[in-house]
Amino acid sequence: MYQRSVEVAVGVFMLIGMAALVFLALKVSGLTTDSQKESYKVYAQFDDLGGLSIRGRVSLAGVTVGRVSDVSLDKESYSALVEMEIYSDVDNLSTDTVAAIQTAGLLGDKYVALSVGADEEVLADGDTIFDTQSALNIEKLIGAFASGQVDI
Amino acid sequence: MFSINQGWRYSVLDFIRKTGRTGLDYSSSVGRSGLFLLRAISGLPLSLDGLSLLATQIYKVGVLSLIIIVVSGLFIGMVLGLQGYNILIDYGSEQAVGQMVALTLVRELGPVVTALLFAGRAGSALTAEIGLMKATEQLSSMEMMGVDPLRRVIAPRLWAGFISMPILAIIFSSVGIFGGMLVSVDWLGVFEGAFWSNMQSSVDFSEDILNGLIKAVVFGLVCSWIAVFQGYDLVPTSEGIGIATTKTVVYSSLSVLSLDFLLTAVMFGGI
Repeated sequence: MYQRSVEVAVGVFMLIGMAALVFLALKVSGLTTDSQKESYKVYAQFDDLGGLSIRGRVSLAGVTVGRVSDVSLDKESYSALVEMEIYSDVDNLSTDTVAAIQTAGLLGDKYVALSVGADEEVLADGDTIFDTQSALNIEKLIGAFASGQVDI
Repeated sequence: MFSINQGWRYSVLDFIRKTGRTGLDYSSSVGRSGLFLLRAISGLPLSLDGLSLLATQIYKVGVLSLIIIVVSGLFIGMVLGLQGYNILIDYGSEQAVGQMVALTLVRELGPVVTALLFAGRAGSALTAEIGLMKATEQLSSMEMMGVDPLRRVIAPRLWAGFISMPILAIIFSSVGIFGGMLVSVDWLGVFEGAFWSNMQSSVDFSEDILNGLIKAVVFGLVCSWIAVFQGYDLVPTSEGIGIATTKTVVYSSLSVLSLDFLLTAVMFGGI
């Protein structure tokens, strides 16, 4: 009888451990099945990423609609090529959609903000967004003010 | 004059002899502990009887350590929440307190503090228990009866520590994060949604949680290895048991802290 209660206690202990691991996985690290969510790839070229990196958020009107899956240098145009995975249920982005790199909060992470245009045609897998705005570079901005290139 | 000269010569020879002996003793004890570990790890009897021995040891080492782990995890999480809030409020980014508490606990404090508590709570008890078995010649009488004490006594204890440590570390981290949430959200008024979403965007499952788990597994092996070997290898007197218990706690703490630095450098150091 004593042995049995010991075994029950050990079993409960291990179950608590597994529950704690599930808690850490789902609630703390935010591990979801999102990565398996169906998506299509859209490309965009930026002059300056300003710290945007892989796994960054892609949002439309503040709602997450995808993530940055790859960042590379386009050797021909010397600009950054960003590969984005957009969820398949967001299938009505027009071809003249604007992609801008923005910052969450004052010092937060960089993310790609999309804003939809008026074109009838929609972006499909492998398309490229041409209308882009690079990250706001505070050093460049201050430099421009300091050298008097910008009228205040 | 002659006798002084000779005495000096003897003391030098004696010193060299003693140094040599200490070196040999040290190497042989390292060698013995390595062989001991191999035999004990491979010696776990996988019969029903062996598994019930293992369950008893997991109960003693893991389940009975649960209270100290939960209470200290809760308080460490609460302190982290309080300190983090006080620093981050200066920068107006007190929402990041969840991220700070979670990363600190999952990466570092969870495995390390659990291992230190584990060495103090369970490791010392293992050493004393095995040491007393040796001092009262229970181990040698087992050998006389044809029962291998390594399989019967040592292997279940080693495996129990090895299995319990990661579970305890995970529980410690979870409870600590809960404690941090208690202080920062319920007491200091950080917005709960931002608390969790900041945490989720910065904590990565494989990068942070699995690496923390690997640390806990390594610490579990090291702590229970040291505890069990010190018990098995001690001088079988009451003084010897005292020395071995102290050694267990000191060696375990030092190896956990130095291994933690090495593992952190490999995992997060970007080398």
